[in-house]
Amino acid sequence: MSKGSLNPMRRRKRQRIIVVLTAMGLLGIAVGLILVALQENIVFFIAPSEIAERQIESGQRFRLGGLVEAGSLEQQPNDPTIHFRITDLEASVPVQYRGLLPDLFREGEGVVAEGRLTAEGIFEADSILAKHDENYMPKEVIESLKKSGRWQPQEERPKDEDS
Amino acid sequence: MIAEVGHFALFLALAMAFIGAVFPSIGLARRDGFLSHLAGPAVLAQFVFVLIAFLALLYGYVVSDFSILAVANNSHTMKPMIYKVSGVWGNHEGSLLLWALVLTGFSSAVALFAHNLPHSFKARVLSVQSGIAFGFLAFTLFTSNPFARLDPAPLEGSGLNPLLQDPGLAFHPPVLYVGYVGFSIAFSFAIAALIEGRITAAWARWVRPWTLVAWIFLTSGIALGSWWAYYELGWGGWWFWDPVENASFMPWLAGTALVHSVIVVEKREALKAWTVLLAILTFSLSLLGTFLVRSGVLTSVHAFAVDPARGVFILAFLFIVVGGSLTLFAIRGGSLKPGGFFAPISREGALIFNNLFLVTALATVFFGTLYPLFIDAIFGEKLSVGPPYYNLTFVPLMVPVVAAMAIGPLMPWKRADLEGILGRLKFMALIALAAAFGIWAYVGDGSLFALLGLLMGLWLAGGVLFDIAQKARMGKMKASGSLHRLASQPRSQWGMWLAHFGVAVAIFGITASEAWTSERLAIMTLGSSQEVAGYEFTLDKVWPVAGPNYSAVRARFQVSKNGEPVASLEPEQRIYNSPTRQTTEAGIRTLALGDLYAVIGDASPAGGWSVRLYFKPLVAWLWGGAFLMMLGGLMSLSDRRLRIVVARKKALAPSSVAAE
Repeated sequence: MSKGSLNPMRRRKRQRIIVVLTAMGLLGIAVGLILVALQENIVFFIAPSEIAERQIESGQRFRLGGLVEAGSLEQQPNDPTIHFRITDLEASVPVQYRGLLPDLFREGEGVVAEGRLTAEGIFEADSILAKHDENYMPKEVIESLKKSGRWQPQEERPKDEDS
Repeated sequence: MIAEVGHFALFLALAMAFIGAVFPSIGLARRDGFLSHLAGPAVLAQFVFVLIAFLALLYGYVVSDFSILAVANNSHTMKPMIYKVSGVWGNHEGSLLLWALVLTGFSSAVALFAHNLPHSFKARVLSVQSGIAFGFLAFTLFTSNPFARLDPAPLEGSGLNPLLQDPGLAFHPPVLYVGYVGFSIAFSFAIAALIEGRITAAWARWVRPWTLVAWIFLTSGIALGSWWAYYELGWGGWWFWDPVENASFMPWLAGTALVHSVIVVEKREALKAWTVLLAILTFSLSLLGTFLVRSGVLTSVHAFAVDPARGVFILAFLFIVVGGSLTLFAIRGGSLKPGGFFAPISREGALIFNNLFLVTALATVFFGTLYPLFIDAIFGEKLSVGPPYYNLTFVPLMVPVVAAMAIGPLMPWKRADLEGILGRLKFMALIALAAAFGIWAYVGDGSLFALLGLLMGLWLAGGVLFDIAQKARMGKMKASGSLHRLASQPRSQWGMWLAHFGVAVAIFGITASEAWTSERLAIMTLGSSQEVAGYEFTLDKVWPVAGPNYSAVRARFQVSKNGEPVASLEPEQRIYNSPTRQTTEAGIRTLALGDLYAVIGDASPAGGWSVRLYFKPLVAWLWGGAFLMMLGGLMSLSDRRLRIVVARKKALAPSSVAAE
């Protein structure tokens, strides 16, 4: 690797070219990795009423968001699996989840579940996200409710001070 | 009244920031000594006024003055004192004030302690700091006034989000902010160097301790945050690649690269332009982190604020800082004369390798964090990018970094013999490989990821130990001589060993806990047992508990292994009074080989409780590793006094070419 015979200018240039080429190569690799990873691993956020319209197939991973339908929460004795329905007040989807419900989970409140539809049309959630802001409502859920025209602003807590 | 004093002090601080940002630059341009000497006092005055404002707000929280809007929104008389205090920064307005306090504190430290900086350089650094302070103070005063009054004042406040009422999270934001804001010093030094058109080894010696301090705090801030997530969120997870986490992780990656590239400037006067660019990048990412978390563009536990006006302000500020400094770099970057030749295979080359990979990995995290926002803004489509994305992009890019971490420190400056080094490492590599396979096969059921993780951890730990053994000439001289050699190694050398070893320890923790966690979900009645990874969890007792501002259900699990009692875990499910919210307190016991982790859920309709039980192997090593990294940083930092003395001597000499 010794190139002691080159003069300083050429050495510096060579040095710089090596670094730049390495950086470009790396960037190429990174872009490749990102593209591959994105193809497989982005998860869309979908409201219950969009499932039919977007022709979601069973087995496809997505996030289902809406409100926990009041009175839909059910649990069989001695089985930790939890059943409930997520609704955007237009359509509602049965959900089952094996796990402990997050602290902010409540009937009538917003929820986001990640998982897949089974062939029977049941949404099998493997995680229930507790990503709520202080108004108890995931941003995505508010927007999907607004989209379906069912958003009631008075549900917002009165402490919304930033006006 | 006190709130008005605080509000007024904040305006005075803003005025001082304006004076400190503008006058010294005019003074330097006109060679007016009076104006350029204003930089120091202006910075100190900012700190004093911001401190007054901060104390005024603190007082409001402590005495529960609900006529202050921020206090009414975030505090409650029933709250324990520690959370009244931490409530000051547990919300948008107060956290900005904390930002400003830390920022002006850092500026004042430069003004007071950096005696050996040339006058013009110091004035420029401080004026850049004042400019940043001006932006933040203006933002605070005009979009997020922490002293806004509420009339009529309510009798009771609405309380702090109970998730945030936790000792770990009480100190997470201040620590994180010291990290974020600490990088402003590196940034200001970089801008000053660009304006003066000169970077010397002395510059690197000034920048390095400040950068190290910021890095240490950011490391501990991130570690605290992940620890909090681990025990408080009750899922047993510690890192979710959530945008809020990435917001602090990105400056950490850039800062890690910066801590390394500054060494090259210091020792070899090479990589000057790159280091300046990294300093700009690191601080820009700190600002971006603040923007992401504080503007409410993300929805997450951390996003306290939802207000587009603030977002626009921060975005504009970010644009000015990033755009301005990059423009300056484009104009002046060429004037930074490169020094120190080196062959591609050398210590310098290894550090460039580390930097390129770290920055590329950073780019993938950046993309993953911002892509969903971008798609949402352009197409209105909601999507998220989760852990699988990062496993496919970030992780592969970190593998070469870790692989090189064992090799780079063995290389001498200027030119190294890679074949020779690899030859010497051959034996160690074989041991690491054999041990990784051995552990992997012995534990069983591990993925290829787990094997890779074990291999990387062992390789790195082995590399560090090999380096230590070499420096000590172990086996080539008497043990006492070896010990003496080790004791006389510079502290920065020990700092590097500790930090790198910490990375290896953290890799073990990540690998083992990701690959071999055992989990059980069940409904348990009193006296029943569940077995997890050979441990028998028996639900012994469930009883109600009353806290200061919550009521809780507490459960006791007796854990035994082969009939021998091991531990007793007491998880809780709390219901806070104000705001009414339920939180989970996991019961955790750290054993030599892993953590026992239990969570109690809701009562089941047919009797019993839903519970979640885990055995998480080596998960505590993760924080142990982070602790070693911080310790390494501190060790390196304690070399500083020596470094400043050297810097002073060199600064006096007109041509300060490093001749090490």
